[in-house]
Amino acid sequence: MTKLLKLLEEDGRLTPDQLAVMLGKETGDIKKMIDEYEREGVILGYQAMVDWDKTDRECVNALIELKVTPQRDRGFDRVAEKIYNYPEVRSLYLMSGGFDLAVMIEGKTMKEVALFVAQKIAPMDAIVSTATHFVLCKYKDKGIIYGTKEVDERGNSPV
Amino acid sequence: MIDYTKLVASTAREIKPSGIRKFFDLLNEMKDVISLTVGQPDFETPWHIREAGIESLEKGKTYYTSNSGTIELREAISDYLDRRFTLKYDPQKEIIVTVGGSEAIDIAIRTLVGPGDEVIIPMPAFVCYEPLVELAGGKPVIINTKEENNFKLTPEELKAAITPKTKLLVLPYPNNPTGAIMTREDLEPIAEILRGTDIAVLSDEIYSELTYGRKHVSIATLDGMHERTVLASGFSKAYAMTGWRIGYVCAPREIAEHMLKIHQFAIMCAPTTCQYAALEAMVAGDEDIEYMKGEYDRRRRFIVKSLREIGLGCFEPEGAFYVFPNISGYGMTSEEFAEKLIYEKGVAIVPGTAFGACGEGNARISYAYSVKHITRALELMDEFLRDHR
Repeated sequence: MTKLLKLLEEDGRLTPDQLAVMLGKETGDIKKMIDEYEREGVILGYQAMVDWDKTDRECVNALIELKVTPQRDRGFDRVAEKIYNYPEVRSLYLMSGGFDLAVMIEGKTMKEVALFVAQKIAPMDAIVSTATHFVLCKYKDKGIIYGTKEVDERGNSPV
Repeated sequence: MIDYTKLVASTAREIKPSGIRKFFDLLNEMKDVISLTVGQPDFETPWHIREAGIESLEKGKTYYTSNSGTIELREAISDYLDRRFTLKYDPQKEIIVTVGGSEAIDIAIRTLVGPGDEVIIPMPAFVCYEPLVELAGGKPVIINTKEENNFKLTPEELKAAITPKTKLLVLPYPNNPTGAIMTREDLEPIAEILRGTDIAVLSDEIYSELTYGRKHVSIATLDGMHERTVLASGFSKAYAMTGWRIGYVCAPREIAEHMLKIHQFAIMCAPTTCQYAALEAMVAGDEDIEYMKGEYDRRRRFIVKSLREIGLGCFEPEGAFYVFPNISGYGMTSEEFAEKLIYEKGVAIVPGTAFGACGEGNARISYAYSVKHITRALELMDEFLRDHR
């Protein structure tokens, strides 16, 4: 049921009742399917999209490019695990191209992020090099454009 | 002081202003209204289509095109109509790119209708046919389609309306405001009546891509109908391109050549930028349609079920993006109902009478809105109905 997953990916707050009507199914079936997706780890969680720039909370994000020496038999998995277990790490991807791991880090200040990279990531055995890029402005994330408000600009001519 | 009553031609003066102008004036005055009134998609035009328009400007495509539109676009429209609806039109002689579906309707009526000619118009329908027929000196003959027939045009109704003066039948399906469609089975007896007559059909198929469950069938694909059908359509609804004002009209060349003259002298050609955007829509827009249609369909199911739950009977619309629930059980006219709903709950819907007198007892609700928006509006409508039960 790709459609169900797509709908929930876009709006995790749709209720089973609403989803059932929209997809032409029974509410009970939708509940069962969602339960199963959650159990099987297809649906991993539900989050709100927050634009922290509109709040008092200080926060900076950075993308860290890591070059890594893969380990015999384990490849990148072991080092990835060591990195993603830090709560500061928001996302971690293995990449093709000029570097190996892309780490998205969130911290209170640039200094805090820089220290985290210098003290926790860079010293790991397998890490060959790091390059830290701070996010200056978030334009769009997870399909949602930042900074826009919901304004209906459609004209009200009698059509 | 100049005498304006003499200055303005009687034909223009006699056009009736839209019966619900008062309602729309009210709507435009009110602040923070939760509106379910708009007749256009809530999606922005897909980015690749917008980019094609922008790119054409960057490349300096700022000149008139040929009167009937660029040949690339007409060829693309011809391919598209064949691909999606098995319609056959010659891009050289039978397709004219117009300023929206509205111009397509206008030049079709002006080409076919003369003084004294009768034009059969099934209502409820979009408001433009009647005044355009009157401007051409013709006489609108209204058929009030019925809710118990799911607002379809029936062969009996058509037969009863035909006279020796009948020139044209307007066929506005999928229908704004009711969401009704005409299937092949519905169209066949209509076609049977028209075959062998000199009556033409103006098939307004602007919502042809927005049908749910079954594909739209154009009357022009039925035996003997291509030769008498003028097809008006456009990009506004299917590709969320309302503001671009771009559409097209297709007809046998014997009709198209005369429409082209009116188009040429009144319009010259459709805006060039918009033609390039429309070309992109034709060749690479099928997926956009599928995506938007899927969204509308989910909202449609949601809104029909929700309306029935709060006690508004509602026939299941199979096309466009409107529902036309029956609101007659509350002791109010459609207009009173809509006005009270705005004043008391801040929710706006369009009284059915906006689309002809036979819309009395119904109201048009658009579902070109997010589910969140629809949910909020229906909660308030539920309260309103409880207050007035």
